[in-house]
Amino acid sequence: MADIIINTLTFTVRFSVALLIASMGEMFNQKAGIFNLGCEGIMSMGAFLGMLVPFTVGGAGIVPWYVNISGLLLASICGCLLGLLFGLVVITFRAPQGIAGIGMQMFGVGLAGTLFRSYIGGQQSISGIEAVSIPVLSNIPVLGKILFTHNPVVYLAYLLVPLAWFILYKTPWGLKIRAVGTYPRAADSLGINVNLIRFQSLMVGGAMAGFAGAFLSLCQAKQFSAGMINGRGFIAVALVYFGQWHPTKILLGALLFTFAESLQRQVQIFGQSFPYEFLAMFPYLLVISVLTFNRKSNKLGPSALGKPFNREMRI
Amino acid sequence: MSEFIKELRVEHITKRFPGILASDDISLSVGEHEILALVGENGAGKTTLMNIIMGLYQQDEGHIYINDKEVHFKTPNDAFSAGIGMVHQQYMLVPNMTVLENVALGLKDCWKKTVDLNMVEERIKLISEKYGLVVDPKAYIWQLSVGEQQRVELVKTLCQGVRFLILDEPTSALTPQETDELILLLRKMSNELSIIFISHKLNEVKAISHKVCILRHGKVVFEGNTSDYSSKEIAALMTGHEIEITENTDDSTTGDTALEISDLCVKSDRGFLALDNFSLAVKFGEIMGISGVSGNGQKELAEAINGLRKVESGSIIFKNKNITGKSPFDIINLGMGYIPEERNIEGIVPSMSIKDNIILKDSEKNMFSNKHILKNKSIEEYTEKMVKQFDIRTPSIQTAAGSLSGGNIQKVILAREINRNPDFLVCVYPIRGLDMGAAEFVHKQLLDLKYKGKGILLISEELEEIMNICDRIAVIFKGKIQKVLSRKEATTSRLGVLMAGVSEDD
Amino acid sequence: MIKVNMINYKVAYKIFVISLAIIIAITIGAVIIIAVGGNVFETYWIIISMPFRNFRSFCEVLTRMIPLTIIALGICVSSRCGINNIGAEGQMYMGIISACAMAFFLQGVPRVFAIPVCILTGALFGGVYGFIPGFLKAKLDVSELLSTVMLNYAASQFYKFCIRIPLRDPNDTTGTPMSARLPENTLLSKFVRGTSLHSGIILAVILVVFIYILLFKTTWGYKMRASGASARAAKYGGINVSKYLIIAMVISGACAGMAGSVELMGVQARAMENITSGYGFSGIVVALFATLHPLAVIPAAFFFGILLYSQVNLQILSSVPPNLVETIQGVIILIIVSLQMVISSPYSLERFRKRFFKNQIKEIKEVK
Repeated sequence: MADIIINTLTFTVRFSVALLIASMGEMFNQKAGIFNLGCEGIMSMGAFLGMLVPFTVGGAGIVPWYVNISGLLLASICGCLLGLLFGLVVITFRAPQGIAGIGMQMFGVGLAGTLFRSYIGGQQSISGIEAVSIPVLSNIPVLGKILFTHNPVVYLAYLLVPLAWFILYKTPWGLKIRAVGTYPRAADSLGINVNLIRFQSLMVGGAMAGFAGAFLSLCQAKQFSAGMINGRGFIAVALVYFGQWHPTKILLGALLFTFAESLQRQVQIFGQSFPYEFLAMFPYLLVISVLTFNRKSNKLGPSALGKPFNREMRI
Repeated sequence: MSEFIKELRVEHITKRFPGILASDDISLSVGEHEILALVGENGAGKTTLMNIIMGLYQQDEGHIYINDKEVHFKTPNDAFSAGIGMVHQQYMLVPNMTVLENVALGLKDCWKKTVDLNMVEERIKLISEKYGLVVDPKAYIWQLSVGEQQRVELVKTLCQGVRFLILDEPTSALTPQETDELILLLRKMSNELSIIFISHKLNEVKAISHKVCILRHGKVVFEGNTSDYSSKEIAALMTGHEIEITENTDDSTTGDTALEISDLCVKSDRGFLALDNFSLAVKFGEIMGISGVSGNGQKELAEAINGLRKVESGSIIFKNKNITGKSPFDIINLGMGYIPEERNIEGIVPSMSIKDNIILKDSEKNMFSNKHILKNKSIEEYTEKMVKQFDIRTPSIQTAAGSLSGGNIQKVILAREINRNPDFLVCVYPIRGLDMGAAEFVHKQLLDLKYKGKGILLISEELEEIMNICDRIAVIFKGKIQKVLSRKEATTSRLGVLMAGVSEDD
Repeated sequence: MIKVNMINYKVAYKIFVISLAIIIAITIGAVIIIAVGGNVFETYWIIISMPFRNFRSFCEVLTRMIPLTIIALGICVSSRCGINNIGAEGQMYMGIISACAMAFFLQGVPRVFAIPVCILTGALFGGVYGFIPGFLKAKLDVSELLSTVMLNYAASQFYKFCIRIPLRDPNDTTGTPMSARLPENTLLSKFVRGTSLHSGIILAVILVVFIYILLFKTTWGYKMRASGASARAAKYGGINVSKYLIIAMVISGACAGMAGSVELMGVQARAMENITSGYGFSGIVVALFATLHPLAVIPAAFFFGILLYSQVNLQILSSVPPNLVETIQGVIILIIVSLQMVISSPYSLERFRKRFFKNQIKEIKEVK
C-alpha cells in the first residue's frame, strides 16, 4: 500500500511536467488575449521532433547528452514557428480562435503522424534522457524518492513557475502582455504594438508547448506514437482556466491532474479486474467538473481573451 | 525632453474609411498656452482627427507641422516624444491593474530589466502635487469611480511630460460640479500647456476656450475667437441650421398607473447594489425622464424592467400584473417595448437583414408565421411598409442591418417597437450619436406615442432632451431617486445639484 | 455601365482571394508530400482520379459522404446557433454503442421496425451526449470547446469498455475487442448491388432537406440563427437563448449519433475499434467548407469523401502515409477561417481595388 502511494506521488511529480510546461506556455498566450487550442497539435509535433533527433543519430542506443538537448531545442523552435503560424491566422487574419485552434490541432497531429510514418516507421524506442538521483537528497526516506529521483528536465520545469511569475508581474514585457490581454485599446493608445506582443506571446507559448511535447517523447515515454499526446494539450488549456491565469495555481492544477492520472495507473497495475477504461475516463471528467465548478472571475481574467484587436473597429 | 511647442498646425488632412470620409481637407492650428475647443456633432470627425494627430491613424493626405517643421507620427510613441498627449473619451485604463502599473505602461523610462515602480510612484507624486490631482497609486482601476479614473488618466498623460494636451469629451461622464472643477483645473494648466478640448457642450466651450473650431461632416465649417460669438451662434453653425426643438406641448397625464416600481434592488455586473430600494411610478400618457450621470443604475433599471437582469428584492407592477422575475419573452408579450442603450449589439442582430430584424420579437405571431413555418412573403411586404413609413434609407430589405448608419439602425428599432403597439416603452439614450435630424425624428415618434396614451420611460444624459419632452423628471443618484420634478420645476442648475447627489432638503 | 464595373472588382477580389487560398493549400500539401519523399503529381493524381476509375470506387466516395453529410448538418445547426460542437466524434461513439446494443435486443423483429428504432436510438444517445456540453454552456458558461473535446476522450474510453466486456463477440477467437455481427434484420440494405453504397444515403438526403427547412423556413431556425449571430440582441428580443443553444446542441449530437448508427448498420456491421475513422472531425471541416449552409454540405461532403477515400488508395499505391489527409484537413480549416475574414474585410478589398482597378469608381455611398 505504501508503495502505491509513494509510486503515485513520484509519478505525479515526474509526469506533471509536460502538462506544467504546456500550460505555462498557454498562460502566456491567454494572458495576451489569445486562446490557443492548437496546443495539442504543437505538442504532437514537439514530441515527434524530440524523438526524431536522437533516433536518427543513435537509434535505440545511448546518444550523447547534446543530441537529446538538440531534440528539445528543435522541438521548441518548431513550436515557436507553429505559434507564429497560428498568430498569422488569428492575429493577422483575425479568424475565430476556437475553430482555428482545432484546425491547428488537426494540422499538428496529422503532420507529426505523416512524418513519423515516413521517417521512423513504426514503434521504435529510444534511450532518451535518463533520470538522475541526486546524491544525499535522494536517500531521504520517502521524500527522497518522490522529489529527488527525476530527470534534470523535471527540475528545470519546476523552476519555470517562479520564472513565469517574475516575467509576468515584474518585467515590462509582462506588464505589456497583461495590458494587451485585458484592454488592448489602452495599450494601443500608449504606443504599444498590440499584435506584436501577441505574436511574441504565441511564439513563447508555442516553444513551451513544443518543449512539453518533446519531454513526453524524450523523458517520459521514450517513444512516439501518433496519439500519444492524448488530450494533454487540451487539458493544458483547461488548466489555465482552472488556475485563473496565475502560475502557482496552474502548478497546483497540473499536480492535481497528474495525481489523478498516476493514481489511475497504479490502480490499473494492482487491480486488473476493475474495468480500467473507467479509470482512464477519470481525468477527462475531472476537467469538465473543474470547469463547471471553477468558473472564471471577470474581474481578474484577461477580458479581451479570444477577441481579435482591430484599431479601426469602433464598436 | 522635447522642445516647447509654439504652434501645432495641421494642413489639409484627409482620412477615408471604407464608405466614409471621416476627415475632409481639415486645417487648423493651436498656439502656445492656447485652448482650442473643437466642437461638432457626433460623427463629425473630431476623434478621428485627434487620432491622426496622435499617430493612431495615418492620414491619407495632408501634413502636420510643429513649430513649422513637418512631423510624421507613425505610432503614439512619436506623438509622446514630441510632447503631445491625449485623454481619450473612453478611459484607456486596464481595469485589473493598479494605478501605478497603468502609469508605468506608458512610461518607457521606467522599463529596465524590471519595471521600476518606485520611480513611477515618485513621478505620480510630483504631478499630483503640482496640479492638485489626488490619486491612490496602489488602487486597482476597477475600484475607482469615473471621476477618479479621469484623474488617473490626466496624471498618466501628464507623467509623460506632455506640453500639448488633447482632451476628448472629458466631461461626458461627470456631474456638473465635477465639470466645473475640471474647467478650473484646465484654466490653470493652460499657463503651461496648450490644450485641444473636444466637446459638444457649448457652455463649457464658452467657459474655457480661447478659440473655437467647428467640424461638420468631416469639414471645418467655422473658426474664430470664442469670445466673439454667442452660444447660440455657435450652435447654429454646429448643426448647420437654426435648432428646431421638438417640444412636449401637452402636460395632461390623466391615465392610470402603467408601471409601478417599488423598493427594487438590483445588482450590477460587479456585484454591488446598482438599484437600492428604487421606487417610481409612471402613468399612461406620460413621459417620465430619468436624469443622472451615467453609471448610477440607469442601465440596470432598464434591464430589470425588461426581465434581463435578476431582481434581488422589490417588485415591478406593469398594467396591474406583477412582472418581477418574468422572462423577457413574457414581458414583451405583455406589451412592453424597449429601445436599448447599445443599438448595434442589443437593439439589432447586426449580421442579419433588416427583414429578419423587424420580426425579431414577433416571429411567432400569425402575421409572420403559421405553425412555426415562416411566411416569407408577408414578412417582406410588412418590412417594405416599415421602410417606407419610417423612411429607413437602405439599398434593400435584405441588407444587413449592421451596415446601416446609426440613425437608420435606430429607425429600424423604432419601426419594430412602435408597430408592435406597446403599452409602455423604455428608451435608453435614444438619441446618443444621432445627428439632429434623426434625433428630431425619434422625439416626434415618442411624443406621438404619448399622445396615444402610452407610457414612456426615457433614460437620458442630455438635460436638454429631458427638459424638452418629458412630463416629469426623476433624478437618479446611486440607485435611488433623488427627487421627481415636473417639467416646469426643472432647471439645469437644479437638476445638476440633484444629479451630484445633493439633497434639496438639506 | 458604372454598376457593372463596380461588381467587377468585387467579384474579381473574391475570385482572387479564393484562388490564392487554393494555391496555398495545394502548395502546403505538395511541400509535405515532398518532405515524406513522395511524388507530388502522382499523389495528387491518385487522390483525384481514383474515385472516377469505375463505378464501384465512385460508390466508395458516396458511402463516405453519408456520415460526413449527416454530421456536417448537425454542425451547421450548432454553429449557426453560436456553439462550436467539437464533440461529434464522442457523440458518434455513443450513437454506435447504443444502436449496437439495441440491434441485439431487437433480434428477430421485422426490419421495418428494427431499423428505424436502431437509428433513433443512436440519435437519442448522441443527442443526450450533445445535451451535456450544451447545458453546461448555456447554464454554467463552461467553454463548449473544452467540454466537448474532453467528452470525446471519455466516450472513446467508454466505447472501448463496451466492446471489450458487455458487447464482446462471444464467438471471437482473434482476441481483438469487438462486438458480434449485427443481426441481419438490423443491417441496411445496399443501395446499389455489388457496391458499398447503402440505403443510408436516403436518410442523408432527407436530412439535408429537413435541416435546410428547419434553419431557414421555421421560427425555431430563425431564433437559433438570431441567437448565434448575436446572443445579446436575441436575448433583448425576448428569445430564450439558452434554450435554443441546448436544442441546437441536442440536434447536433443527434445527427452525429445517427451518423454513427448508420455507419454501423450500413458499412461495418459490427462495433470495433477506430470505427469512427475521424468522421467527427472531418464533419466539422465539411460544415465549415460549406459555409454552414445545409445545401452546400452535399458538394462539400463529396469533396471530403474523395479525400477520405484517398486514404485507402494512398496506402496501397504510394509511399505517402494516409495521415496526410488529416494534415490537409487541418490546413483547410486554417485557410477557410482566414479566408472568411479576408473576404469580408473592406480594407483588403479597398487595397485590392487601388492596386488592380485604379480607374474603377468606388462604391457609391449610401443614399443620404
